Amino acid sequence: MKEKIAELEEKARRLRVAIVKTLHKSQSGHTGGSLSAIDMVCALYFHKMRHNPQDPAWDGRDRFVLSKGHAAPALYVTLAEAGYFPAEDLMMLRRLGSHLQGHPDSKGTPGVDVCTGSLGQGLSMANGMALGLKLEGKPNRVYAVLGDGELQEGQVWEAAMAAAHYKSDNLCALIDSNRLQIDGFVEKVMNVGDIAAKFRAFGWNVIEIDGHDMGAIVAALDAAESHKGAPTAIVAATVKGKGVHLFENKAAYHGVTPNDQELPEALKCLGCFD
Amino acid sequence: MIATRDAYGETLAELGAENDKIVALDADLSGSTKTGVFAKKFPERFFNCGIAEANMVGTAAGLAAVGKIPFLSTFAIFAAGRGWEQIRQSVAYPKANVKIVATHGGVTVGEDGGSHQSVEDVAIMRAIPNMTVIVPADGEETKAAIRAVAAYKGPVYVRLGRNKVPNVFPAGHTFEIGKGNQVVDGTDLTFITTGLMTAAAVTAAEKLKAEGISARVVHLGTIKPLDKELVLQAAEETGAIITAEEHSVVGGLGGAVAEFLAENCPTLMKRVGVYDRFGTSGKADELLKYFGLNAETLIEEAREILSRKK
Repeated sequence: MKEKIAELEEKARRLRVAIVKTLHKSQSGHTGGSLSAIDMVCALYFHKMRHNPQDPAWDGRDRFVLSKGHAAPALYVTLAEAGYFPAEDLMMLRRLGSHLQGHPDSKGTPGVDVCTGSLGQGLSMANGMALGLKLEGKPNRVYAVLGDGELQEGQVWEAAMAAAHYKSDNLCALIDSNRLQIDGFVEKVMNVGDIAAKFRAFGWNVIEIDGHDMGAIVAALDAAESHKGAPTAIVAATVKGKGVHLFENKAAYHGVTPNDQELPEALKCLGCFD
Repeated sequence: MIATRDAYGETLAELGAENDKIVALDADLSGSTKTGVFAKKFPERFFNCGIAEANMVGTAAGLAAVGKIPFLSTFAIFAAGRGWEQIRQSVAYPKANVKIVATHGGVTVGEDGGSHQSVEDVAIMRAIPNMTVIVPADGEETKAAIRAVAAYKGPVYVRLGRNKVPNVFPAGHTFEIGKGNQVVDGTDLTFITTGLMTAAAVTAAEKLKAEGISARVVHLGTIKPLDKELVLQAAEETGAIITAEEHSVVGGLGGAVAEFLAENCPTLMKRVGVYDRFGTSGKADELLKYFGLNAETLIEEAREILSRKK
């Protein structure tokens, strides 16, 4: 297990490098929230989820919903690493004609099942998938990654209520709680308060972790899978821009990409010297 | 006479027996929208989402993403209004196979008043790319349309009504998405109508005949995509078009026909509908009269447009 964790940590480091390079090339996109979510996305795709990059529509796959769709670079570098499409495609992020749209688009990108981007809608879709899979008697699970700022959207709580009501224990929401949103600290802009307590109050199984501790992420995902009778929310304390000190905990890097001056330092932080 | 919502409930339950991929969702109005008929027969395939339309739309999108054919229903004002951006992002943008069947469209909602009378839903649904918009004239067309909608792959908005409406089409009527029907032949002018206004136009055409006026009636059960061929033919052959709908004249059937004809065959036109105002409480038949949504108005407008034609 220790080796597996080390392997995932190394994978996440490489994915961070890919995020930085991709966003430096595109000069448009969301840096901070991609870097805060990537450890969880990495653990999902390279540890937890059943999926087949050679057959993206494989019936036996688990489903992933990036509800905080602006972290698309985190998803795209992961899908490329897994082999859903060539890594060169990343260099076309957000360009006219590219299948890698600014926010995930299921119509064009292999491995993307739903369209997200407008916040607050992913958990509803994830629960719909979970209900459909259960109806078919399938064992597949559904994972959704949400931001903490995103929890300000009322629809999230409609979905939280519905998932608990329908006892969707094949659903797991991961809350990337990086404490920042565009206008500043979540607490100051619109305090969402005690996220874990809120999900518990809605009837969810809740696990609180450090969202950059790979061992904790893996343990939480395994625990979520074995919990029956209620959906699980993994509330992950994260750092916006994690891994690159230039971007860490800075609201300004929500939608700002690394420039030419920042790139060498950013890559150095990530142990990348090429 | 049957309400289109009753025809929907019956047909949805039949489809449920024929295809186990069909699921239904409602937002605490299953008794009124008639998804309750399906719910009673197939409780495991029915999801009451409570009074939370945004989540209902997303849930339907998720069900579609795993291969189900979800029909979601609530009143038109809530389906199209509260769910608009969710329909845009989670349903239409990915071309999800979600069927939005909204009941209680228009002013015939009646006593509940302006808060509940949707006169904008066709316009705002029509504005969304990938969306198909259907407004049946009667129960028979509704039955056929719901079957066509279930067979079609992609997002659809169907607008139904609360009250019993006269039959325009015979039993066994077939429905093709995007194709209208010439219900009455005529040469002097054409009523292009949808929903319950088609029956009114048929009555108007009969009365006008006694005056020596030959009015054609073209029913468009699909507002989007528009049956351009049928509209163009009516414009070219009769030279005067009166549209009629239980909806705002902004952006609905009248808007769609006017947009198309302005660019392709400028024709004398009059839009009959609700003139940029909200509904109000009253009995359905009183309201139809109050808003001028009846055969009498169509007859007056026919005389008026023919006076301009000369």
